[in-house]
Amino acid sequence: MNTSTIIFYAIAALILGAAILAVTTLKIFRSAIWLLFSLVGIAALYFWMQVEFIAAIQIVVYVGGIVVLIIFSIFLTQQSGKEMDKPAKGKMIFSALAALFGTAFTINLISHYGFNNISAAPFNPSVDEIGMQMLSTTSHGFILPFEVVSMLLLAAMVGCIVIAMKPTEATIVHLNKKED
Amino acid sequence: MNEVPLTHILFVSTALFFIGMYGLFTRRNLITMLMSIELMLNSVNINFVAFNKYLFPDKLDGMFFSLFIITIAAAEAAVAIAIIINLYRSHQSIDVDDATEMKF
Repeated sequence: MNTSTIIFYAIAALILGAAILAVTTLKIFRSAIWLLFSLVGIAALYFWMQVEFIAAIQIVVYVGGIVVLIIFSIFLTQQSGKEMDKPAKGKMIFSALAALFGTAFTINLISHYGFNNISAAPFNPSVDEIGMQMLSTTSHGFILPFEVVSMLLLAAMVGCIVIAMKPTEATIVHLNKKED
Repeated sequence: MNEVPLTHILFVSTALFFIGMYGLFTRRNLITMLMSIELMLNSVNINFVAFNKYLFPDKLDGMFFSLFIITIAAAEAAVAIAIIINLYRSHQSIDVDDATEMKF
């Protein structure tokens, strides 16, 4: 039991504890903050696995982007101090049973599989390696998904604006005319 | 580094996935359901990175998968929040039980 092992189990406890509190707490704002802690814990796990680039992306996109977006939408849609209704007892029990059974089943499968082909080759996830492979057009390059994902982001951006836009007077009149 | 076996990292991500599933089943508020989905996507990312690091360290495919999943999760969260805000405008509530017009 050396320091690295202890750090791993501490990070795992942080991730799972914060995640459990995020899905069970009744105040929605606290739920968002626990989610934030869980995502920071996952970034710490990536740092522990020495994949610094993914850890940085995790912090920038999730902690800096998605959680802030969620907190904004909480402020826009409800009183953050108000408690949510408790879920029904029966639903809670059956959901917990389903989750526990699924966890036990999957953990059982994983522990019996026994990954024998653990490779000892050096792992080099440096940023220039990632960038070269991301934009390479050879058989192991990822230029096509990169371009497709950029189109997806553009479509999502336009879609968000269209969905969240307040309808103007002209469109309301137009829609009413259609209904007549 | 190698004292922690791969299976223990997979245990953590499995537990995280089913915590997210529990949240998705019990919550009735759309924003908290979205948070549960984020937890599930993150557990998948942990799996991809762990498999890449432990089993195929000479390749980088798992890292690319997690990068693309993070991007798509960001787009999905943005669209979902736009829909939630629009739903709040028309129903004054973001409970799934209150939006039943399209229910069969």
